Amino acid sequence: MDQTALLIAATLSAGTPLAIAALGLLINEKAGVVNLGAEGMMLIAAVAGFATAYHTGSDLLAFGAGALAGAAAAAVFGGLVIWLNANQYASGLALSLFGAGLSAFVGIGYVGKKLAERSAFSVPGLADIPFAGPALFRHHPMVYGAVALTVATIWFLYRTRAGLVLRAVGESPESAHALGYPVRPIRLAAVMFGGALCGVSGAYLSVVHAPLWVEGMVAGRGWIALALTTFATWRPARVLLGAYLFGGVTMLQLHLQGQGVQIESQFMSMLPYLATIVVLVLISRNPVWIRVNMPASLGKSFDPGG
Amino acid sequence: MPKNLVRRASVRAGLFAVATGAACIALSALPGASAHAQGVSTPLKVAFVYVGPIGEAGWTTQHDRGRREMESALAGKVVTSYVEKVAEGADAERVIRDLAAQGNQLIFTTSFGYMDPTIRVARQFPKVVFEHATGYKTAPNVGIYNARFYEGRYLAGMVAGRMTKTNVAGYVAAFPIPEVLQGINAFTMGMRAVNPKAELKVVWVNSWYDPGRERDAANALMNQGADVLTHHTDSTATVSAAEEKGRYSIGYHSDMSKFGPKGELTAVSHHWGEFYTRTARSVIDGTWKSSSVWGGMREGFVRLEPLNAVVGADARKQVEARQAEIVAGRFHPFSGRIVDNTGKVRQESGTLTDEALNRMDYYVQGVQGQLPSR
Repeated sequence: MDQTALLIAATLSAGTPLAIAALGLLINEKAGVVNLGAEGMMLIAAVAGFATAYHTGSDLLAFGAGALAGAAAAAVFGGLVIWLNANQYASGLALSLFGAGLSAFVGIGYVGKKLAERSAFSVPGLADIPFAGPALFRHHPMVYGAVALTVATIWFLYRTRAGLVLRAVGESPESAHALGYPVRPIRLAAVMFGGALCGVSGAYLSVVHAPLWVEGMVAGRGWIALALTTFATWRPARVLLGAYLFGGVTMLQLHLQGQGVQIESQFMSMLPYLATIVVLVLISRNPVWIRVNMPASLGKSFDPGG
Repeated sequence: MPKNLVRRASVRAGLFAVATGAACIALSALPGASAHAQGVSTPLKVAFVYVGPIGEAGWTTQHDRGRREMESALAGKVVTSYVEKVAEGADAERVIRDLAAQGNQLIFTTSFGYMDPTIRVARQFPKVVFEHATGYKTAPNVGIYNARFYEGRYLAGMVAGRMTKTNVAGYVAAFPIPEVLQGINAFTMGMRAVNPKAELKVVWVNSWYDPGRERDAANALMNQGADVLTHHTDSTATVSAAEEKGRYSIGYHSDMSKFGPKGELTAVSHHWGEFYTRTARSVIDGTWKSSSVWGGMREGFVRLEPLNAVVGADARKQVEARQAEIVAGRFHPFSGRIVDNTGKVRQESGTLTDEALNRMDYYVQGVQGQLPSR
């Protein structure tokens, strides 16, 4: 009983960075841009966040620095693919590799450094409820932030005019342009927002989850976040559930090992990607699903002059 | 990125060395200059290849401490340099070759995966002396060295056995290779020598260095009742995770008390300085010979860091007595009857040979679970 609660707690904590990054990527994919540079942006943000937390001792500033770093990296990418019409996939891969190298270079001085001791978090009044308390109410605020962010994303995409315009830009940039919407700036804003959320996620990893900086510490979570958007067929609520599912799989594996059940961990780390491929196969067999959820102009550049 | 920078810089330095070398030869060919070239006694150039960043604690940190100890012990007689974060494999071979080409006369390669690259480069530079850590291949100019980490593990297990209240200890481990299994088994045997009810849970993270995963594994073990944790991975994540939850931990490679001031009971630490000094001195004297060194607590390769104040006087005395026996060579952790955790008797009596230790592929009694298949 007690262990189940702790397993749930570990799952929520592990799913949070995945959810935050994937929601950001979802927004920029809804605007029609695929950014494969998630891993790189998260790494740059992780080192920026860690450095900020190390020097200022403030988590909030660290998340801010992470968001700024992620958005800045995304802006460079956005400039390349939105205005110069560079290939989105190639540019994204380049950003991913660049981010890994840059973060390692900038982070040399922070390897093995230790952040100040942080106090445990708990929701007053609720943290002491048996079972539910340790499972749900003793988390870092960012864990609840991910849930709130999911709700906000749903509301923004499907209940606001701005969300409608964003989706229009992703579905048919020509029509949006004909209606007088500035397609390129909207896409850039979406890409930078995606970068900022990847940045918050990266900072969460280095400041809260690990909490320390090492080269390559994002360890493939950027790629899992990218896979998640597809796995969730571009639906925000499914992104959150998928993040907890993928986070839970890794945690469960460690818990099972501790109980003497042996599962190859390499198999478990393969699962998120395998699941995504299965979903891709399933949805590509169902034209309705694709038409309803996948942005029609995803990955295509738009030139208002042409 | 930094690796490339280092490499490029070293290539340039190499070219420079070749150029000055050529100039020297040209000069020495001139009449009157030859006497000059002979009489110069240059300090021994010693290089180190590290697999990780030096950092504040861990495998590479200890090798670098050894380097600095050697430098101060042989001040004026040696000049040292190092390249850190060298990936095992093809990269390593380039780095080692560069270092040899730059005129280093003694090169320490400090990770298992450098074994074949070291042997290959050594063949091309027969006058350069190589020392490779933790491998098993030697050559006329390649020696190998390693440490009997399990001796320290046995003592650490005794400390854990005395301090656990739940009778469950947790072990975050990297890969199920003999060196790691020696540690797990020695720890368990030490623990159960003082507390026969205690058991060990092991979680494999399949990485030498993944702090996030190590921390998750440590938390999973604590969630399952482990109240003393140790690790055979390279970061301080296990010790800090235990500290945060108010549990005990035992560090590895380096003293990690900075990361667990309250909870770190002790650490099994590595010390290479004496060996590095001795080796460099023998190269300078011209007495170096290729050999295989496997040093333990007696040789000072492995130490148990001072025990935390929370360890009681009685336990302290018990551990110290056992330590004295190990140092004196009167006690071997893998002696006597050894039963594995499936009930199979692995040894009736006597002491496991080095060969048997290097083939270890089982958990001893007291370790929960099944060893992952390799």
